[in-house]
Amino acid sequence: MTAYNLNAYMPVIILVGFAIIMIVGALIVGRFIRPHNPSDLKETVYECGEAPMGVAWSNFHVRFYVLALVFIIFDVEGALMFPVAVIFRKFNEIGSGSAVFVSLLLFIGVLLAGLVYCWSKGDLDWVKSYTQQSFNEERDEKKLA
Amino acid sequence: MNSSVVSFFAEAPPYQMAVAKLTEILGFDSSVLMAFVTFFLASFVVVNVMALVGGLGTYAERKISADLQMRLGPNRVGPFGLLQFLADGVKMILKEDIIPRDADRFLFIIAPLFCLGGVFATLAVLPFSSGFTLTHLNIGVFYLLGVSSLVGVGIFLGGFSSNSKWSMLGGMRGASQIISYEVPVTLSIITIVILSGSLAFDKVIGIQGGLPHQWFFLHNPFTLISFFVFFISALAETNRAPFDLPEAESELVSGYHTEYTGMRFAFFALAEYIEVFVVCGVAVALYLGGYQVPFHLSELHFLHDTLGVPMAPARMLGQILEIGSFVTKTIALYYVVIWIRWTLPRLRVDQLMTLCWKYLTPISLFNLVGAAFWMWAFKGESVWTLLANLTNSVGGGH
Repeated sequence: MTAYNLNAYMPVIILVGFAIIMIVGALIVGRFIRPHNPSDLKETVYECGEAPMGVAWSNFHVRFYVLALVFIIFDVEGALMFPVAVIFRKFNEIGSGSAVFVSLLLFIGVLLAGLVYCWSKGDLDWVKSYTQQSFNEERDEKKLA
Repeated sequence: MNSSVVSFFAEAPPYQMAVAKLTEILGFDSSVLMAFVTFFLASFVVVNVMALVGGLGTYAERKISADLQMRLGPNRVGPFGLLQFLADGVKMILKEDIIPRDADRFLFIIAPLFCLGGVFATLAVLPFSSGFTLTHLNIGVFYLLGVSSLVGVGIFLGGFSSNSKWSMLGGMRGASQIISYEVPVTLSIITIVILSGSLAFDKVIGIQGGLPHQWFFLHNPFTLISFFVFFISALAETNRAPFDLPEAESELVSGYHTEYTGMRFAFFALAEYIEVFVVCGVAVALYLGGYQVPFHLSELHFLHDTLGVPMAPARMLGQILEIGSFVTKTIALYYVVIWIRWTLPRLRVDQLMTLCWKYLTPISLFNLVGAAFWMWAFKGESVWTLLANLTNSVGGGH
């Protein structure tokens, strides 16, 4: 039985190998023909010609975190939908397509409810949800003063 | 079993003779060894051709942009400036290799590897033709989605490791953009998977035909919309204009590869151009009939039985026709990608997210429901088949 014939995956390893060979090879060949005059100024990072201030590794804005969460939910749901999508045609042929259709609808319904929730919460806005909040806080502070 | 370039060649007598001979000499079953060698040679050809495509991609980009802006573009190196990419390559390799002092050296060095490795790994399932595809994995589409995400890792690592503010901003944007647009891409692909009932590229293409009305593009209204959603999201995933925010030169200098010089930069660029070709190829395979040739011209029984071409050349000729069909459509889409780049202005980052989450994602969810309904109600027949059935039944009724 060749159902688990892993030979078909050989090109994947070969191709990734080619990528490694290509990068390493080009850099090694280049080492012999390219100039190498390091200087202090050359090795600073570019910051519009000014001396760089501090490091770039800072905290991420919280919106990236929310975005990543939403993405993970959607992507996992997408991954879970693939098996259902594959068997749909076969189930249709044996006459029980309705079961798959209804379960797919339920699943998409949950997904859609999540999207609507995120939308109404303002998590899909890039700017507004945070500025509105800070605007309100600022206004409240002014009122107190 | 997964068919592949090996199983295509394995049908030819010389291949079997070579396997038998090797088995005789080496004293063990050498079919796996022979498969490895075949895969190696085929991958070598594919990688070189794709590197050439990437190089010519940069040339095409400049030449087409020049056309659109009524300039000449590169015209000094070689005929029509065709060798410009070689000159660029020589220049790149002669450039000094600078790694910033403050950079994270290890991540800085392996970041281009993620980009190029991810893109090359997608080539394994790109269906050039029914025979000359490296491998028709039974989970081809799913594999492609997974492996192409590696490019996003490379882009973010490139931005993060440089320790430059511009790179960091570009990397952040790149990562958030790529993962956001992954969702509409996945949902659009599921639309096609529902209608074709398979994840393997050869099955998806096999269901379609050579003529436009047999493609999934014109299969039903939902796949038509789904194609455009897929294409727009794919543009964003490959960081092409109007979605090239990670490398927006007017605000971020050069984005995630600001600190990269010489060959390291060249690999980022190469990976991007090959990825555009791969994405166009996937769009062709899923929506535009892939390698199908109109009127079954490439099929063996037509070439062999009707035209009387001998068996071995007929097989080769069929493959060449299929590759021609695939490459023609892909290059046409490639042209559209470049055309879009030099026509539309760049989006702002909040517009980008709005487009993805508030337009494309709901539309692709709607498409998904529509395609599922189509499959359930019409058994996945295309609009044209249904219309033909309708006229037949009306005609037969009176």
